[in-house]
Amino acid sequence: MQTKVITGSRSVATAVMLAKPEVIAAYPVTPQTEIVEDIATFIEEKRLGSRFIKVDSEHSAMGACIGASSAGARTFTATSSQGLLYMDEVVHWAAHARLPIVMAVATRALAAPWSILNEHTDFMTQLTSGWIQIMAENNQDALDSMLQAYKIGEDPRVTLPVMVGLDGFILTHTSMPVEIPEQADIDSFLGERKPEFEIDVERPFTFGNVIDERYYIDMRHKMFESMQAAKEVIGSVSNEYKRLAGREYSMLECYNCDDAEHIIVSIGASSGDAREASDRLRKEGVKAGAVRIRVIRPFPSEEIAKALGGAETVTVVERSLSVGGGNILAHEIRSALYSAHGPEEAPFVKGFITGLGGKDITPNDYINMVGITRERPTGDEWFGLTGG
Amino acid sequence: MADKDESSNYIVPAADSKSKALLLRYPISLPDFGSGGKTNQWRLQMPVIDQDKCIKCIICWADCPEATIHRKSDDSVEINYDYCKGCGICANECPTKAIRMVDE
Amino acid sequence: MESPERGQLGTSGSASQADEHMIIKDIPKEEKWLPGNAACPGCGLSLGLRLMAKAIEHPVVVMPASCGSVVQGGWPKSSASFPLLNIAMAAAGSAASGVSEALEALGKKGTVVAWAGDGGTADIGLQALSGAAERGENIIFVMYDNEAYMNTGIQRSSSTPHGAWTTTTPEGKREFKKEVAHIMMAHNLEYMATASVAFPTDFIEKLRKAEAHKGTKFIQLFSPCPPGWRIDYSKSIEVGKLAVQAGVWILYEYENGKVSISPISRPYLDAKKRRPLKDYLSLQGRFANVDEREATEIEKSVVEKWRFLSRFM
Repeated sequence: MQTKVITGSRSVATAVMLAKPEVIAAYPVTPQTEIVEDIATFIEEKRLGSRFIKVDSEHSAMGACIGASSAGARTFTATSSQGLLYMDEVVHWAAHARLPIVMAVATRALAAPWSILNEHTDFMTQLTSGWIQIMAENNQDALDSMLQAYKIGEDPRVTLPVMVGLDGFILTHTSMPVEIPEQADIDSFLGERKPEFEIDVERPFTFGNVIDERYYIDMRHKMFESMQAAKEVIGSVSNEYKRLAGREYSMLECYNCDDAEHIIVSIGASSGDAREASDRLRKEGVKAGAVRIRVIRPFPSEEIAKALGGAETVTVVERSLSVGGGNILAHEIRSALYSAHGPEEAPFVKGFITGLGGKDITPNDYINMVGITRERPTGDEWFGLTGG
Repeated sequence: MADKDESSNYIVPAADSKSKALLLRYPISLPDFGSGGKTNQWRLQMPVIDQDKCIKCIICWADCPEATIHRKSDDSVEINYDYCKGCGICANECPTKAIRMVDE
Repeated sequence: MESPERGQLGTSGSASQADEHMIIKDIPKEEKWLPGNAACPGCGLSLGLRLMAKAIEHPVVVMPASCGSVVQGGWPKSSASFPLLNIAMAAAGSAASGVSEALEALGKKGTVVAWAGDGGTADIGLQALSGAAERGENIIFVMYDNEAYMNTGIQRSSSTPHGAWTTTTPEGKREFKKEVAHIMMAHNLEYMATASVAFPTDFIEKLRKAEAHKGTKFIQLFSPCPPGWRIDYSKSIEVGKLAVQAGVWILYEYENGKVSISPISRPYLDAKKRRPLKDYLSLQGRFANVDEREATEIEKSVVEKWRFLSRFM
C-alpha cells in the first residue's frame, strides 16, 4: 500500500481507477473539474480502461449513466452545485430505477449570485432522491467512501445509487496524505457488478413503464426498505474494507462522547475543527464531545439517539439552509432524539446556520456556538453574519 | 379469433418466476398481450374480411398499427378480434374492398 | 388513383422498382410489438414501432416521455417484446449513448434505437441528441413526428406545421415547422433519412441501411395522429400518403453529404405532379382555419423545402 500526497479530486479519480467502471459520463463544473481532468488523463495514459462519454450537460451525464447502468455497466459521474440541480430530474430517476450509479459531489453554494465556494445545500437538495449519501471528511475518507460506495450500492439487498460528497476547494483542491489500496485487493473486494436485471436482447424487459395508483406506493415502499437495509450493508462493507485497508468507518463518528454533556454535531471537512473545539472546551472544564455525521441517507437515527441521548445540549453546525425551514440536519437530529427518548428525556438541540458560500468555520467558532447553546438552548440561530 | 395453433407470429418469451417476483422492486415489466387491457372493448365497428375478394396482397397486415391481423403462411389474413380496436385502416387501405367495417 | 408508391407495396408499379427495393411480402412476419397496447386506434406511432421491431433483429429501445411511454402499456405488462428503457423527456440522446457504450464495453448484442417524439427530439431533447450526434454515438435516433405534443393533449411543438390547430394554438400555429432534419444534416452524420409510417417497406429499408452505418443515424418518421390531427382513425395511412403526394412530406436520404430523394417521392420533384395541397389540408380538421392566404404561405414553404434539398443533390 502506497501513501501519496494528493488532492480530494485526485483521491476520487484514483478510487474510480481502482473501481474500473466500464462507463463514465461527466460534465465539468467548478470545483469538480479536476476529477474529470484526472480521469481523462488516466484514460489517456491507459491506466483506466473506461469509456468516458464527454457529454453536453449534467443532465446528459446522468442520462448516460442511467443508460449504461441499465445495460449492466458499472458507472461513475461527478458534479457540483448548479450541475447537480441541472441533473436533478434524472438523479431521482436513477434511484427509482434502482441503478447503483456512483457520483461524487464537490459541494458548492448555489446561485444567484455566483459563488463557487463551499456550502452543503447542493448536497442536501437530494435528501428525498433515494440516493445513499455519504459526506467525506478528508481525502482519505473520500477515496475509501468511493470504493465502499460501489460495494454498498451494488449489493442485491440495496441496489440504490450512492453519492459521495466532499467539500468543494477545502478538499477537492487541498493536498493531504492518502493511502492508496492495492488494485488486487480492490478487485477482490468489489468483484464484478452482477445486476439481477439488465438490458439483454435475450430477456426483453421494459424498464420503468407506467404503473397505476394501486402499486406505485408499493414500489416506493420497496425503495424505502432497501434504504433501511443499506444500514446493515454499510456496516458489513465497512468491516470488510477494514480488513483490507485497516481503516474503519461508520455512519457517524463519535469523539469525547461517552460522558459528554454538550455535543457538537458536524458534517464534512470542518469536523476536525469541531473535535479540536471539544478538546479545548474539555481543558476549560466543559464536558464537550463531537459527532460527525458521515452517512446522511439512510439517516442514522438509532445511532444518533444512542450517541446524543445522554447529553444536555446538542449543537448542530451545518453549511446548509432550507430557506423558511432553517436547519436541515438539526431538524432530523431533533426528530431522531424525540422519537427515541420522548420530550422529557431528549436533549436540547440547537441548530446553527453558518459557513454558507465559503465562510470559514474555525474551532473558536465552534466553541462560541456551544457557548450560545448553553446560554440559549432553544431556537435555531445564524452564526457568522457580518451585519451587512 | 386468430388461429393461435397455426404458428402465431407473436414473439413472447416465457417469463421466469424469479423475474415475476422482483418486478415491482426494479420496477420492470414483461412482454405480454393486452398491456392496455382488453382493447377489443374500444371497438365500435369490426372489420370483416370477404375471403373471396381477398387477393392476399397483405397491405392490411402491413398497415395495421396493432399487429392484430394475422398473416398466415399462404398470405391469407385473419383478424385477431381479441385486441383489434376497430380503427378501420385495413378497410380503408384494402385495394379490392375485401374488408368491410360492420357495427358491433 | 393508382399512385407510383403502390409499386413499393408490391401490388403494381414498375418491375424495376420491385427488383431494387423491398416489397411488402419481404416484411418479416414476426411480431415483437404486441397487440392490446394502449395506443389510440389508428396510431401512427404504434405502427412505426411495430415496423421498427420487424426491421431490426435485436432492437434495444430507449424511449423518452412521449405517447410512446403510454402506448407500451402499464406495469407489469409491456407491449414491447424487446428491451425497452424508459427515460426522462430530455434524455433520449444521452441515455441511448450510455446504453450503446455499455453494450459495446460489455460485448453485448443489440442495436440501440432512441425512439422519441417531436418534443423529445426537436424541443426538450435537442441538446442531448445534438451531443450524441456530435460524439458519433452508435445509435439510430428515430424522431416519430406527429407534429405536436400529443401525449399531454395536443399542444404545439416546434415541429407543428404552420396553420395547424392545437390546444395552445387555437387559431392555428403562426410559426413554421422547425426542420430538425436540416439541423441534423449539420452534424456530419453518415446516414440520415426521412420516412413515413404510410410507406412501411421504405421505412424498413431505411432502418436497415441506418443499422449498417457507423455513428449516429437519424430518421424522421412522419406519424399521423388521428385525435391530434382531427382525422378519422381509418385515415392515418391515407393522410400519410397524401402528405407525400402533395410534396409536403419529402422522403429522402442524406448520405455522405448528398441528398437523394427516395423513389416514392421522386415523381414530386416535378411540382406539376404533386397533388393539390388543399387535398392534404382539407382531410384534416387541424387545418380547418387555414384560409387562402395561409394556404399560399404553406405552399411557399413546401416549394422552399424542395429548393433547400435540391442544393444537396
